[in-house]
Amino acid sequence: MSNFIGKNVRRKEDHRLLSGNGEFVADIKMADSHEAAFLRSTHAHAKIKKIDTTQAKELEGVAAVLTGNDIKGLIEPFKFFKEFGETPPNAEEINLMTQVASKELLASEKVLYVGHPIAVVVAENRYVAEDALELIEVDYEPLPAVVNPEKAVENDSPLVHENIKNNVHTSFEVVVGDFQKAASEADQVLQTEIKFPRIHCNPLETRGILSNYNRRRDELTVYTSTQIPFVVKNYLVSMLGLIEENVRVIAPDVGGGFGPKGGVYPEEILVSYLSIQLNKPVRWVEDRVEHLQATRHSRDQLHKVEVAFNDNGDILGLKDNYILDSGCMNYFNLTCAYNTAAHMRGLFKIPHYEANARIVLTNKTPNVPYRGAGRPEAVFTMDRVLYLVAEKLGMDMVDVIKKNLIRAEEMPYDQGFYYKDGGKVVYDSGNYPEALEKVLEISEYEKYKKVKEEKKDDTKSIGIGISSYVEGTGTGPFEGAVVKLDGSGKIIASAGASPQGQSHETTLAQIVADQFNVDPTDVLIRVGDTGALPHGAGTFASRSAVNAGSALYEASQIMKEKLLRLAADELSDTIDNVTLKDGEVKSKNGKSISFRKLAQLAKPIPLFKAKRNVEPDLEGTYYFFPPTVTYSSSFHVAVVEVDKKTGKFDIIDYSIVHDSGKIINPKIVEGQIQGGIAQGIGQSVYEELVYDENGQLISGTYMDYLLPTSMEIPKVRMDHQEYLSTRNPLGIKGVGEGGAISPPAALANAVSDALSPLTINLNQLPISPSNLRSLILKAEKNEKAKREGAVHEG
Amino acid sequence: MENSVEQPQVDANDHKVQSNRVSITLTVNGKVVNKAVEPRMLLSDFLREELDLTGTHLGCEHGVCGACTIIMNNESIRSCLMFAVQADGYDIKTVESLATNEGTLNGLQEAFSTHHALQCGFCTPGFLMTLTDYLDKNPSPTREEVREVISGNLCRCTGYSNIVDAVMDYTKNRSM
Repeated sequence: MSNFIGKNVRRKEDHRLLSGNGEFVADIKMADSHEAAFLRSTHAHAKIKKIDTTQAKELEGVAAVLTGNDIKGLIEPFKFFKEFGETPPNAEEINLMTQVASKELLASEKVLYVGHPIAVVVAENRYVAEDALELIEVDYEPLPAVVNPEKAVENDSPLVHENIKNNVHTSFEVVVGDFQKAASEADQVLQTEIKFPRIHCNPLETRGILSNYNRRRDELTVYTSTQIPFVVKNYLVSMLGLIEENVRVIAPDVGGGFGPKGGVYPEEILVSYLSIQLNKPVRWVEDRVEHLQATRHSRDQLHKVEVAFNDNGDILGLKDNYILDSGCMNYFNLTCAYNTAAHMRGLFKIPHYEANARIVLTNKTPNVPYRGAGRPEAVFTMDRVLYLVAEKLGMDMVDVIKKNLIRAEEMPYDQGFYYKDGGKVVYDSGNYPEALEKVLEISEYEKYKKVKEEKKDDTKSIGIGISSYVEGTGTGPFEGAVVKLDGSGKIIASAGASPQGQSHETTLAQIVADQFNVDPTDVLIRVGDTGALPHGAGTFASRSAVNAGSALYEASQIMKEKLLRLAADELSDTIDNVTLKDGEVKSKNGKSISFRKLAQLAKPIPLFKAKRNVEPDLEGTYYFFPPTVTYSSSFHVAVVEVDKKTGKFDIIDYSIVHDSGKIINPKIVEGQIQGGIAQGIGQSVYEELVYDENGQLISGTYMDYLLPTSMEIPKVRMDHQEYLSTRNPLGIKGVGEGGAISPPAALANAVSDALSPLTINLNQLPISPSNLRSLILKAEKNEKAKREGAVHEG
Repeated sequence: MENSVEQPQVDANDHKVQSNRVSITLTVNGKVVNKAVEPRMLLSDFLREELDLTGTHLGCEHGVCGACTIIMNNESIRSCLMFAVQADGYDIKTVESLATNEGTLNGLQEAFSTHHALQCGFCTPGFLMTLTDYLDKNPSPTREEVREVISGNLCRCTGYSNIVDAVMDYTKNRSM
């Protein structure tokens, strides 16, 4: 039954958020609540000789000042997040070498980056807490900072951690076929370098925590702006030695996540520790400047790539040596670096492939997976390479794509190695050639090609760029769901995945509503609360609809079976003869009974009839474990107009065709895509976290770190494919990250196309006017030298 | 506007010396409010912490993101760039003033919902207040004008186009 799946059901979240009644962490008030503020390192790399907190402690209104020495031996340092990949099953095959770094929650001996927390103050309000920070004196002994990841791996580089040799935290290799053989047989081999800079994810709500300890009941309740309340709970329990049952973590309304809220932070542990010590609610709300330093960064990869191809456009092999600059810690193990390797060949048949990855540590903010998590880096690399191949061969890039594209009849397609969850990389469904045709059609590719030729003048020119990807979505290992019938007759559906704007309350209600043939308004979704069900994971990796949606679907079947059995008994009919409609169970014999009545009947009190063969509660619990990820796919086409004189370009048109399997709510899917593309455009053109040679963050405010506004983002043309996933009951694939993956490659290709035949090596981001202008000048100089050389020779 | 500066005094309840507080009187969402505040308290913190009007959000606290936008004497302003004492005597409207007391959303809010012009909703109050002020003065803007007027508000979720759609639909329906 599908009354609501696939429909534009109005969002349940909207009313409260539009009327100012949303409840974000900073909005929650508790009696006697105190506020925390963190003192952070102003050095990238330095020994701490002394911390003097005397004056801060004496300031009126200050309740506590905590330094690293106060918690030594009490709270363990962070090492890595085992939830995001312990040793993968194929560790031996990929020649995995990894080491363990550790980082104190409050630095007491050595600071590792600008922004590293050193002390925390709790005071009656934030103003007083910040006053107290000014009174803390830290005596640093500066050390040489490790800033450039390429230099970091050299033998004479200083070390971020004494135990991590050459600053290489982790390395691995993926080998499919034999690249060397392919290179020796190919008509041509091309080499290039491609860099994706360090950027910030910037959810509009910064991080925030409110911890409230109840000493009488030994209960800790933590409100935190997180993507993973269950994981935060696990860390609080283990790091603070608490009883699992007594800890509840709630992610209330969360103002965007995009990745960085998908890890546990020192502040979550420390604020909770202080709440327990002080027996008071303690709140910490990050400010934006702090956020840009201390909330984890992302991307930051440098690729040295070789591609072997034939003159007809066939790509035979690809070899990629790359470095991921992970900042001072590698909390998420292989997540981004392996995603890059796993997605590099995208929707192409490239039989010989070799990836050598090194995850390198530097004195910068630790890295985190951000929307796309290693995939935008892979796609920027791959699609720039395809562009260069097409350029070299004088072919249209579309023709090179067509030559190498996996055909519909080849699905499911085996890429010949393993995903990091241990499953084989086998694309489950899709039709890539059809997607290509569709995107060429909706983007009016042929029309723009003509416009390009007609409009070319000395200053402005049109360019068209294309990019594509497959995306392993719906990462496991599991998600939980509990569905039960409330005494009111409403259905309560709880899931472990917790939203940050993705509309779970609406889309998950649509799924459950269809199972019971009720309206979504009769389904109450409970998410973002570890009190709602025993186990859950969270929302990241385009996983919620796939995992939570499937878990709720299955939990609904369990509950429905109980409901029908009870109703049939009550209506003196068999289970095959009863159906669900309008909040009632109806029998073929004409009798019916409401959900509300059934809920009352099922309760064991006051007069539970023992003869009835039903469980006392109408409830279903299910934990969904996907076999492996399911593969979404997409093509993007960007049309730009470049002004050669200024290096500025405008996006004239942007089109996308996307397969995310079964669509639950089209408007919400389109909203995810449009929003993802906006972030992708931001990181293509405007955003970069710049560090100087001392490891100081230069672009550390919104005056220096540019985010795209309404003036820079076009309305994207979209079309969908719905090739159902074969790996979950509803055929869902993930869509949350996709939009952000291709814009850097599509835009770089479009800009390169606009400037051709001038060869600019647009292999780095952002494509800001100043960066582009200097590339154009350089290319023009090269051309001139070439021409003059030719004249001299002639 | 004259501010009456109170002398430091001992609070009988907790025996703490209060810093110099300044008494201010202003109108917020139609109600007259009188409070004594520290001169350094931001207007945004005053609205959120003293008046519990938490619909006004803080996204950057340096005047770039626009999440804290409110309307003060018929001009949209950023409440994180003002002190509460500077608002003495002014008439302020926050996002909480838009829907009726019974919770019925106004036309612009409805259009935002219809067009999926919000996702996480954190920036939304700022957009609504920027637009409420602008549309009062410019009832029939073009699409480009709407893009420009909201370019001082950052949204990280929607990619903006649905916000523009919502405004265009709202102004069209309103004029019919």
